[in-house]
Amino acid sequence: MDLRDLENRCIQEEAPTCTARCPIHVDVREFLKKAASGAWDEALHVLAIMMPLPGIVARICDHPCELVCKRMEAGDAIAVSEIERAAVKRGRITKRRSPLPQKRGRVAIVGSGLSSLTAAWDLAYKGYRITIFEAGDQLGGPLRGIPEGVLPLEIIEEEIGILTQIGVETKPATAMNGGEWLEAIITDFDAVYVGLEPGSPPDSGILSEGCMPADPLTLATSRAGLFVGGKGTKEAACSPIESVAEGRRAAVSIDRFLQKVSLVARREKEGPYETKLFTSLDHVTPQPEVRMKDPSGYSETEAMDEAKRCLQCECMECVKICPYLEHFESYPKRYVRQISADATMVMGSHGKTSKLVNSCSLCGLCTLVCPHELSMADVCMEGRRSLVRRNKMPPSAHAFALEDMGFSNSEKAALALHEPGKDQSQFVFFPGCQLAAIYPEHVLSAYTFLRNNLKDVGFMLRCCGVPGKWAARGDLFEEALRGMEEAWKSLGSPTIIMACPTCYQILKERLPQANMVTLWQILVDAPQSNQAKAVTRKLAIHDPCATRYEPDIQDAVRKIVTGLGYDIEELTLGRDRTECCGFGGLMSAANPSLARDVAKTRALRSETDYVTYCAMCRNALAATGKRVLYLLDLLFASETDAANRRAPGLSERRENRYRLKQRLLKELWGKQEGKLDDYEKITLYISPAVHKLMEERRILTEDVQKVIDHAEKSGMKLFNPDLVHWLASFKPAHVTYWVEYSPEGNGFMVHNTYCHRMEIVEETGA
Amino acid sequence: MKDHWMCGRCNKKLEQGKVQIRYLGKVFAIDVFKCPSCGMVMVTEEIAMGKIAEAEQLLEDK
Repeated sequence: MDLRDLENRCIQEEAPTCTARCPIHVDVREFLKKAASGAWDEALHVLAIMMPLPGIVARICDHPCELVCKRMEAGDAIAVSEIERAAVKRGRITKRRSPLPQKRGRVAIVGSGLSSLTAAWDLAYKGYRITIFEAGDQLGGPLRGIPEGVLPLEIIEEEIGILTQIGVETKPATAMNGGEWLEAIITDFDAVYVGLEPGSPPDSGILSEGCMPADPLTLATSRAGLFVGGKGTKEAACSPIESVAEGRRAAVSIDRFLQKVSLVARREKEGPYETKLFTSLDHVTPQPEVRMKDPSGYSETEAMDEAKRCLQCECMECVKICPYLEHFESYPKRYVRQISADATMVMGSHGKTSKLVNSCSLCGLCTLVCPHELSMADVCMEGRRSLVRRNKMPPSAHAFALEDMGFSNSEKAALALHEPGKDQSQFVFFPGCQLAAIYPEHVLSAYTFLRNNLKDVGFMLRCCGVPGKWAARGDLFEEALRGMEEAWKSLGSPTIIMACPTCYQILKERLPQANMVTLWQILVDAPQSNQAKAVTRKLAIHDPCATRYEPDIQDAVRKIVTGLGYDIEELTLGRDRTECCGFGGLMSAANPSLARDVAKTRALRSETDYVTYCAMCRNALAATGKRVLYLLDLLFASETDAANRRAPGLSERRENRYRLKQRLLKELWGKQEGKLDDYEKITLYISPAVHKLMEERRILTEDVQKVIDHAEKSGMKLFNPDLVHWLASFKPAHVTYWVEYSPEGNGFMVHNTYCHRMEIVEETGA
Repeated sequence: MKDHWMCGRCNKKLEQGKVQIRYLGKVFAIDVFKCPSCGMVMVTEEIAMGKIAEAEQLLEDK
């Protein structure tokens, strides 16, 4: 995948319409931002970055930016021009830049209209030696005819004075005697610009027909080194800012000519162009233009109020709806740049962006709202694959989840059997590992329901492998998929009845030869139970992000809920615009605090009790304290207020999977319970405080059991005679667990437990 | 004395010492308590969740 292509899709850095339309690309948005706060000096500095002779141009600009202002779609265009006039009255340009060191090259500027003055200004700042020839007695001829109230003469003098200060030589009252005079100038100078603004001498009589017309892109003529503008476009004839743009175009060409580089390369964005920037006007209240009390111009507060109406156009569509994108305080273009810089570093490469790529839930909402369908999920998956390839994936990010996946697919939790007493399967119920972990009793109820309503329903417990996919561990993902396919084939390739929306997506893509149906699509046609368990009559539906493009499943769920007699509240961000609960993409594994914030944000979208149809969504949302039902609660829950049910933690979820398999084998298939390992027989007493610690540190009950089992068998333990506690450690795989404990009844009281991934190299030698 | 730990095998009071720890191919020495006789090491919660956790994070970010 080409990260650069993805980077280019983000348009946040594109210019707003005003700047793109401005012939000299003034940063109007930034100017208005400064003006809105009354920072007039700063506002003028923003103008002066792109604007030559800012004192003059700011007063007389004919403001084409206003014609394309987005504000027009919600009120009137911003009165940029009037605000500019207010700014030049109130602000002062306190620091001016210095010209670049002098370059070789003498340039003659003929005429002193706006295009000529601009060309002189730009080229002088670039370090060339400039001489302005003017037929009239004073420079800036036509400018002097503008009413004093609009453009005071002293301003013209002041800005022409700046030209002199930066070394421009001026020759007013020059007698320009036709073609011969110009010929001499062309010989004498390295380049010549002739500005032909109306009313500004010289007349075009000095130009021989052979030199015209000038090329509109470069203003070059057939005579090398001679450039002509000021009347080259119709607009320039009546638009001061177009004249300025002509002068700038000439300056760019002359600079290139003198530097002996291409006159034509990469000039597409000179002058007005169409921007790709998108700005949403949702939630924008229409506001009319601020009226001025005194028709001669805005007062300070009027100008500030008018500037405040600026929408400060930007895209940020994805950042506005995604707490993850917001969390890293920038926007996708920059994120992709960081990720791709990290991925292409060969030597001494650093996984600095690992937190960024591993924290995305891969939920796909950004792609849906992006005007150019940029997928941060694709970007982050590419980033993750790169980390794994370069051996830079932090072990702490996904190790726990991958190990948990291994457990789900081990003998301890996996299972594939025909219905009890049958030797074939037309269907197989596949609840998915998290439903088995969170609602083992609902799995049993649903299976009973399916057996009562369908024929030959086998049963399959395991993990679809998505943690491997999310962790960019293609090897583990493929292994899990192979296991899945083998288990399915061992049952005679029956139709798979799925409860987990994520499993459904994975199998749809990777086991396309299988017939599949969701539990919800079966329940919608089945006779409904009437023992509904919600406390309220209205429920808000939280669609899991894996169903974003599954309207049929979303509809089935709504039918079930209304069929049970509930009213439905649709969340603003529902159906294809739904948000992740914080579990997707292993966000909660790599960035638990962000995942909690994401879940909280989602939980706060409505005060109504939620109902969802992904067990993991239910768990993540319920962990924030939100009242949430799992859809099967409405059919099978035994408690009176299932929305209030506690979300089981990591240990409990793993144990539930193990116990579910044992229970199914015993109760339905009459098979013996598996033999327990020694450590599993150890009884633990764990206080709520220690339990909380274990959840935070991702330490499972079985990890603690293994430490104590090892310590008690080997005698490798430490003793504290004052506390009468033992302390021991054990490293079953990659993590070393420490447990402080003491004997209690027939088992052990756990006082504390912690862990680290660093490995102790030497243990012997005093 | 809450922090008074003894080796459960040798019954000796732990003494201050150094131990090498390794992570992501890098090796460091850290201060720990260990048994003067058999060398059994004690990593306290403070060190595990403090210095070691910080070092793990730093190495992972590199």
